[in-house]
Amino acid sequence: MQSIATETKNREAKSTDHKKTQVDKRFKTLDITIKRNHYRQDALIEILHKAQESFGYLEPEVLSHVAKQLKLPLSRVYGVATFYQLFSLKPSGVHSCVVCLGTACYVKGSDRVLTAIEKELKIHVGETTPDGNVSLMTARCLGACGIAPAVVFDGAVAGKQEPEMAVIKVKTWQEDKE
Amino acid sequence: MDLQELLEMGKQERDRQDLKQTRIRCCTAAGCLSSGAAAVKNSLEAAVTVANLEDSVEVCGVGCLRFCGRGALVEIDPHRILYEEVTAENAPAIISALSGEERNQEGLPVQGDRQHPFFALQMPIVLENSGKIDPERIEEYIAVGGYQQLHHVLMEMTPQEVIEEIAKSGLRGRGGGGYPTGLKWATVAKMPKGQKYVVCNADEGDPGAFMDRSVLESDPHRILEGMAIAGYAVGANYGYIYVRAEYPLAIKRLEKAIQQAKKYELLGSQIFDSTFDFKIDIRVGAGAFVCGEETALIASIEGKRGNPRPRPPYPAESGLWECPTLINNVETLANIVPIIREGSDWYASIGTENSKGTKVFALTGKVCNTGLIEVPMGTTVRQIVEEMGGGVPDSGTVKAVQTGGPSGGCIPAEFFDTPVDYESLLKLGTMMGSGGAIVMDENTSMVEIARFYMEFCRGESCGKCVPCRAGTVQLYELLSKFLDQQATHADLEKLKALSYMVKETSLCGLGISAPNPILSTLRYFSEEYEELIQQDSLNGKVTV
Amino acid sequence: MSVRTLTIDGQPVAIAEGATILEAAKEAGIHIPTLCFLEGVSAVAACRMCLVEVEGISKLLPACVTQVAEEMVVHTNTPKLQEYRRMTVELLFAEGNHVCSICVANGNCELQDAAIKVGMDHTRFPYRFPNRSVDVSHPQFGIDHNRCILCTRCVRVCDEIEGAHVWDVAQRGTAAYIVSGLNQPWGEVDACTSCGKCVDACPTGAIFRKGTTTAEKQRDRAKLEFLVNAREKHEWTR
Repeated sequence: MQSIATETKNREAKSTDHKKTQVDKRFKTLDITIKRNHYRQDALIEILHKAQESFGYLEPEVLSHVAKQLKLPLSRVYGVATFYQLFSLKPSGVHSCVVCLGTACYVKGSDRVLTAIEKELKIHVGETTPDGNVSLMTARCLGACGIAPAVVFDGAVAGKQEPEMAVIKVKTWQEDKE
Repeated sequence: MDLQELLEMGKQERDRQDLKQTRIRCCTAAGCLSSGAAAVKNSLEAAVTVANLEDSVEVCGVGCLRFCGRGALVEIDPHRILYEEVTAENAPAIISALSGEERNQEGLPVQGDRQHPFFALQMPIVLENSGKIDPERIEEYIAVGGYQQLHHVLMEMTPQEVIEEIAKSGLRGRGGGGYPTGLKWATVAKMPKGQKYVVCNADEGDPGAFMDRSVLESDPHRILEGMAIAGYAVGANYGYIYVRAEYPLAIKRLEKAIQQAKKYELLGSQIFDSTFDFKIDIRVGAGAFVCGEETALIASIEGKRGNPRPRPPYPAESGLWECPTLINNVETLANIVPIIREGSDWYASIGTENSKGTKVFALTGKVCNTGLIEVPMGTTVRQIVEEMGGGVPDSGTVKAVQTGGPSGGCIPAEFFDTPVDYESLLKLGTMMGSGGAIVMDENTSMVEIARFYMEFCRGESCGKCVPCRAGTVQLYELLSKFLDQQATHADLEKLKALSYMVKETSLCGLGISAPNPILSTLRYFSEEYEELIQQDSLNGKVTV
Repeated sequence: MSVRTLTIDGQPVAIAEGATILEAAKEAGIHIPTLCFLEGVSAVAACRMCLVEVEGISKLLPACVTQVAEEMVVHTNTPKLQEYRRMTVELLFAEGNHVCSICVANGNCELQDAAIKVGMDHTRFPYRFPNRSVDVSHPQFGIDHNRCILCTRCVRVCDEIEGAHVWDVAQRGTAAYIVSGLNQPWGEVDACTSCGKCVDACPTGAIFRKGTTTAEKQRDRAKLEFLVNAREKHEWTR
């Protein structure tokens, strides 16, 4: 038990070190994007997309950096970042599971798929498992209605999902994590 | 580039294709890709190499082959064989079947029936290239006549003539409202000269609709060409495509198409050595249904919260950065090239008196054949659902079909002989919408469907105006009360009264149409609400 | 400058072209209820209280942004409008936590006035009792989100008159709320000049001066008018 704890600690230490060097790099990439958009204020959404891509989520430092670079009010940037569903201000899990709740999927039982996953992970939509392994989200419509119900596992769309199938997939993530 | 070079490029591509006797078309639209189409394509290529057929057989990726429910789809040209539910393991069998010698059917996937009404009743205009050409190669678009209409318009027509042609065709906006396209163009064109914009609304947010996505993934250049023609007609030299972030493949293909068009100077400055400049940029949404509304879309392109604003002024007068802006939906723009090519008379001869041309529907839900269909306006709901869709699986009964998404309503089975056009659907209390058609069977609770859409609208309301922000919440709660069997007759009255209030007082289309699913189900399935109402206690006395 | 003549509630009105129905009604001494409208800042037509009926147009039109037209016939107080206005106020009351008896703006609140005006003594809709916060981190002012009706007047005065843009709207739909800075406590937002315009602009007791207690909130609305006149017309009269 103890060894695992120290191991995790070590890893954490390493990852913060790693993070520090990474942080500068990520801000640099962000600045390049901003420059490429000519510091235009109307490019805010494009820039937030890029920022989320490289940081994983939009932490306050990133938002205030973007605001400063674009010379925008902080509240305006915060307002935009929280308006759009795809921007996340919280860190997300290692794996992501997005259940489509579009009409076609809903009619074909995606709500049952969702409930099954929620039960398995013991979390609700919009939450991440306490170990930070899986984030569970829903989508309005993925446009994959032909293969409804659809679930996106780590970016890959899987069609014609049954609750059992989806649960198995999520289970493997939970089992593989160590 | 000039016309000679364009024609030469098309000819070269056709010659290249003619060298091969067989083209194996693999659907690489998003639906089939999630059914493993990429692996299918790879293994088909490998099988061709193994069989030493590289000189006579070409494997290519194409856009949507329509039958999305049975992917991955593969079509063999020229035999017009359509294989369904193809897996990578089927590849060798498909290749050996090409020779025709082996009659061994083992390992071959199921063959689709091309004569089935699902295909036979289709009339591809918007989707004419979809499933035929490789959307990632501009050469293939040019080989089927691409960009010739842009040349024709720039060299031989005045902007006024282009607008007249579009007006005469009778084309109406395919985004839902059905506003006459020619009139919209004329309004923008009449605004004083200066900066103007063309915006392609590719924020297809209706759940259950994926027509626009398929067009973008299958034939992106058609949209670019349509936008450039629109730009020339209204006097705009800048275009934006606002596409939702949920469509990464569409974004990727659009980006590629724009790059290619720029490279061949089909976009940019002095196109075809004329004085016309046209540039196109992509703006990616970030998950907000309301941004499909014109004024919210404009706010979003400007990098703001997607809050709609009151109209007038309409975007045609004051849109992006307060400049006159033409906003057309993807499918509308996809109709431009064929109208210019074949003429407005031809287009006006298709469809009904007031709804011309075709309409693409995404047929989904409890129906045997799910996928994309393009039918002439005036086709009956019955033909779509029962003949093309094949009815409900496991010989269930169709109850209704929902069109227009969260803004629309349902068409109960007894009205299935209604021809599909803008006016007829409005009369039934629903709308054309962008083209989602979701079939529901007798097991579907209509009250639950109404609540499903209300949940959607509640979550997508921008929060700016009171009736939409606070009203949808209360409507949702009322519907839940019904489903929990706690509702009274007074609640039914309240539900109706609040529905009308939200519909009549909301600021934008989202709120105005949010109660439609309730009003529509109340109209046709009121008994389902009644059944859920608790016997009013105290001998019918109403307690509020 | 050309003049437009129209009829509002049977009364003929003449007013300059480009004026809104709300301005024309005011000229004629006809009161149209408003909540989000604030003289001197842009109109957003969000509260829908000022909707009016115009003959020949099937849609209800917001008086605050609809320009007058020649021979327009406007009705501002039909039974339908009365019913919808009442419902709007009911929805607002059910949405937040509006408890007049303990509110700083009691007796001086535009929401309360509107409720009295439309004859709303109770709401048909169940109260939602949202869990909202109070921020008193600013040395002089406080914001109680329980009393906010999201009219965005504070956002607009701060942006358009003061130029500081401390406020904006965060989230959306029913989760929307007025946010200061990067969702920071108001007192920590550098941009705030402590000018107090938002206090004067707020129609309810949501933004208040610290130390004010029940029914003590006063607004200096004339200050806003003075500033707008000074900045736009270069007229310094108070």
